[in-house]
Amino acid sequence: MKKFFAQCYIWLLLVILYAPIVFIGIFSFTESKVLGNWTGFSTKLYSNLFTGDMQGTGSLMSAIENTLLIALIAATVSTFLGTVAAIGIHNMRGRGKKAITFLNNIPMLNPDIITGVSLFLLFVFLHVSQGYVTVVLAHITFCTPYVVLSVLPKLTQMNPNIYEAALDLGATPFQALKKVLVPMLKPGMISGFILAFTMSLDDFAVTFFTRGTIGLDTLSTYIYTDARKGGLTPELRPLITLMFVGVLVLLIVINIRNIRNARKAEE
Amino acid sequence: MRIMTKRSTWALPYAIFLVLFVALPLVIIILYAFQDTSGSFTLANFAKFLNDPDAIGTFALSLEVAIENTIICILLGYPAAWILANKKLNRSAVTIVLFIMPMWINALMRTLATAELFHVMGIQLGKGTLLVGMVYDYLPFMIYPIYNILNKMDKSYAEAASDLGATPWQVFWKVQVPLSMPGIMSGVMMVFMPTVSTFAISEFLTNNKIKLFGTIIQENINSSMWNYGAALSLVMLVIIGITSLLQDNKKDVSGGIV
Repeated sequence: MKKFFAQCYIWLLLVILYAPIVFIGIFSFTESKVLGNWTGFSTKLYSNLFTGDMQGTGSLMSAIENTLLIALIAATVSTFLGTVAAIGIHNMRGRGKKAITFLNNIPMLNPDIITGVSLFLLFVFLHVSQGYVTVVLAHITFCTPYVVLSVLPKLTQMNPNIYEAALDLGATPFQALKKVLVPMLKPGMISGFILAFTMSLDDFAVTFFTRGTIGLDTLSTYIYTDARKGGLTPELRPLITLMFVGVLVLLIVINIRNIRNARKAEE
Repeated sequence: MRIMTKRSTWALPYAIFLVLFVALPLVIIILYAFQDTSGSFTLANFAKFLNDPDAIGTFALSLEVAIENTIICILLGYPAAWILANKKLNRSAVTIVLFIMPMWINALMRTLATAELFHVMGIQLGKGTLLVGMVYDYLPFMIYPIYNILNKMDKSYAEAASDLGATPWQVFWKVQVPLSMPGIMSGVMMVFMPTVSTFAISEFLTNNKIKLFGTIIQENINSSMWNYGAALSLVMLVIIGITSLLQDNKKDVSGGIV
């Protein structure tokens, strides 16, 4: 009985939580401009989205491209910068280590709007004209701390003698790095990269403040402008639906095995 | 050992990066906040804030909404996390994933979907929809850290308490809740801080009828009132600083799901 009520509660919450997205999903299969108005089944919005064929909204396609490209660059640079930094931090002692760890935590604790405003004022202060480059720099700023925090535990778990042994056996520092250190840090680097990538994809506030006035749009800023104009671009409906389904499938595949394994190990 | 100490210099590029893009921008916020447009020292920006009933009202409303949202998220989220972590009540891994998933989707998209649903259902957008929408957005961020800590919790404490004669209610309040406090605190951080600083979300959910503090900062910055905007940002930074002081342990929940 207790189990029945528990399950009811869980599923009731889920139904309420997912109602908006299911609603968007259903209405992504009709052509109607106005949401909530069913004009018959159609996959036209989906084909529009893929062919980029929609009136006056070619900018949606370029917003998607910008979002992906910025996320890719920011995540790649962050992974590189963060991994190198983590190796350095791991080998630091005392006050320097404390200072850099403290600074590393700030972008994670700061609300997006503060990060955005502070970087905006920095670029104004330094007279840097804002656009693509400043957005990428800003994304690297809030992504790298997550990479550092993903790689550091791997370094702590690692036996430092293995690296030393490689050097003693005649490997150059570069070879030791490539053949010993990087393979051991790889899991941390990968989860750092994925985190950085999703953080960048999700970001709205920081992009909003650092994109300048050149009309650069990412998906978030596009949605923001679109919603403020009123009359949401219908093609956003299939896009939102596809992103939900994509992330859901990905997470289920990644997690279910982990969770089951963990539970088996416990029992 | 020589190589080890040398490798500490690898942190140098990132240290420079952090100073330039993290420390310096914060210093610049402070600098702008205490300057007038001509660049001389002034407290006028803060005086303006304190004498502006609109800004103070918005500030109070933002705090109120953030506190209400956090409390609702705890009340709804704790039981959910408790059930999810309880192997007798829930054996499905799918439900856990379903609760975590919204954390990985663009918040603007989720908010937009919620606002559209309200709109189509003919619900008047206002403070009520603002709160409901915020709960929609942030509930997963409360459930996940609490679930994590409950999942790792040693069951023998609860068993010992009931063996020693505690009622289930006592076990819950005297053992489980105190032990899950770190999870609740991370949840509070992950819900309160974004809510108090949000700007686009509140505009969507109220059709621009209700302004929150973040919106006022954004409006000032966008209309080139940089000094006043910086002063308001500094006020928000202080609030955030106070909140994070309340939590002394480091959060280790930031997306440990991959």
